[in-house]
Amino acid sequence: MSKETYSIPIGPVHPSLKEPVTFNFEIYGEHIENVNLAPGDNHRGIEFMGMQRNLIQIIYLAERICGICSASHPFAFCRAVENAAGIEIPERAQYIRVIIAELERIHSHILWAGVAAHELGFDSVLYLSWRAREEVLDLLEYLTGNRINYGIFMVGGVRRDISEEQIPRIRKTLGYYKDIYSKIEDIFLNDPTIALRTKNVGVLTKEDALNFCAVGPTARASGVKKDIRQDQPYSAYADLEVKAITPDVLTGVVNGDVYDRIIVRLLELVQSIQIIEQCLENMPAGEIIAEKKLVKLLNQLKKAKGEGIGRHEAPRGECIHYVKLNESEFPEVWKARAPTYNNLMSWVPMLLGQQIADIPIVIASIDPCIACMDRVTILNKDNGQKKVLTKKDLHELSVQKTRRITP
Amino acid sequence: MEYMKPDEIVELFKKRLNKSTIIDSRIETKTAGLTKSSYNVIWLKINPEDLKNAVKLLSTIHFPHLAIISGNDMGEEIELIYHFSIYYGARFKEISIDLSIHLPKKDLRIPTITDLIPGAQVTEREMKEMMGITVEGLPELPNLFLPKDFAKDTHPFRRDEKGIYPLSKNGNYVGNNIIRKEEVKKIE
Repeated sequence: MSKETYSIPIGPVHPSLKEPVTFNFEIYGEHIENVNLAPGDNHRGIEFMGMQRNLIQIIYLAERICGICSASHPFAFCRAVENAAGIEIPERAQYIRVIIAELERIHSHILWAGVAAHELGFDSVLYLSWRAREEVLDLLEYLTGNRINYGIFMVGGVRRDISEEQIPRIRKTLGYYKDIYSKIEDIFLNDPTIALRTKNVGVLTKEDALNFCAVGPTARASGVKKDIRQDQPYSAYADLEVKAITPDVLTGVVNGDVYDRIIVRLLELVQSIQIIEQCLENMPAGEIIAEKKLVKLLNQLKKAKGEGIGRHEAPRGECIHYVKLNESEFPEVWKARAPTYNNLMSWVPMLLGQQIADIPIVIASIDPCIACMDRVTILNKDNGQKKVLTKKDLHELSVQKTRRITP
Repeated sequence: MEYMKPDEIVELFKKRLNKSTIIDSRIETKTAGLTKSSYNVIWLKINPEDLKNAVKLLSTIHFPHLAIISGNDMGEEIELIYHFSIYYGARFKEISIDLSIHLPKKDLRIPTITDLIPGAQVTEREMKEMMGITVEGLPELPNLFLPKDFAKDTHPFRRDEKGIYPLSKNGNYVGNNIIRKEEVKKIE
């Protein structure tokens, strides 16, 4: 009997995605036999646009590469320009940069936790966790003026200071997260249903993580201790004891499954709170920007020649920017790489052999944005019958599986 | 695990590869934080023929993490930079290594390194589509970044006649595309 497989395309575009992806699955029964990835449906040519703009304009363009990583890309870009032009950043600015970046990590990981719960059919947790996320967004608005796209980064430092009066408000928010953390941990790590749906699902071995150049929590959950904040500390991270978190810290073993990715992200929440507290305690006084006058800064950058890379550990993994300056108003080269770019390939080993109902949580386990189940067509090649599965149907399948396996 | 110093790594490259291979090398040391802790970035410019040997040599030191390949059209030739990092996993130990190769426009061919680092496929395909580089050994796959029906001989990151139409701002040409103003008018 020949093995008859069905092909299921998933994607390509969902408005919330920073990198829209089309998946073409080969399905045998319920099991995924083969996966083909086709990203690039929403290539906006941001690097090309950037090369027609001056370096300060690019900061704001870089901020809009991703709505959730809106501190990560300008952070990496500013570091690249500073390295290329040889600009030293004041210490106080380095601390403020780290505080903003870690606040962003808190909101990104909580957003992810909500999405993961939603994909499993645990919608009350989605609402509760996104309610908890509001606190940090409010704090970011209080500190920078915006909930997202903070506009705080500038070549040579930051644009806004954190004053003494603002510090109690930051501590209050951190206290709130410390209070609710035990609840979040209890829901995600001790709930039998979540454990059933995520343990041994979407496994990425350490070998595959290394071979496919995975980054961020995806790599760390597979046991690769890779975190730029630890490996090559930059800014204020050089003064802080940051350790790459792998799931064996909590459970003693590394499985590389979705459950391990949950553990890593939850522990990173605690880590981020500790980092911000340390920053607040040790923050030195002084200037917040190397060159206050933007016209003077632009002139300085216009005369600069050189190349540099800027790296930052974004919530999803390493963000790397390469900039080459050539005594011109515009950069000669600007190359930006988001973490999902490197994590793309690790989807293939994760998804092979899984069931259709596990697709949403496995895909979401890399990156909270990717929930691009707009429309799924199941096509029977023999009789040409078409059945369209919408995101709702797929979600329903996932919810049904949760109900089915719950004791 | 023993860690080599950046200058030792450069020396190893000079010793193990042909003498003419390393065209230029540069070690940058950057500092960060109140403690002024430092980290190193190595820039190596090598001969394109020895790219694969260089990556193999790098793998013997520590399995390298390839971040991305960046490309730059410099007129007569195209520069590709492979951004690697090694010694990740330990505090303050990671070293960034940027391998740069210059390919003449007449002969835009590189060997694939996917047999050594499978994760390089995505970025090699990007350079193939955006820069028009032939990656030898990479299977013929559909476009990953550009639309499936995009013109075959147009490569958006190129600054010559194979590039895309330059942008203009207030009627004036901006950017550092090497197509001249008169040529833009001719196309118009």
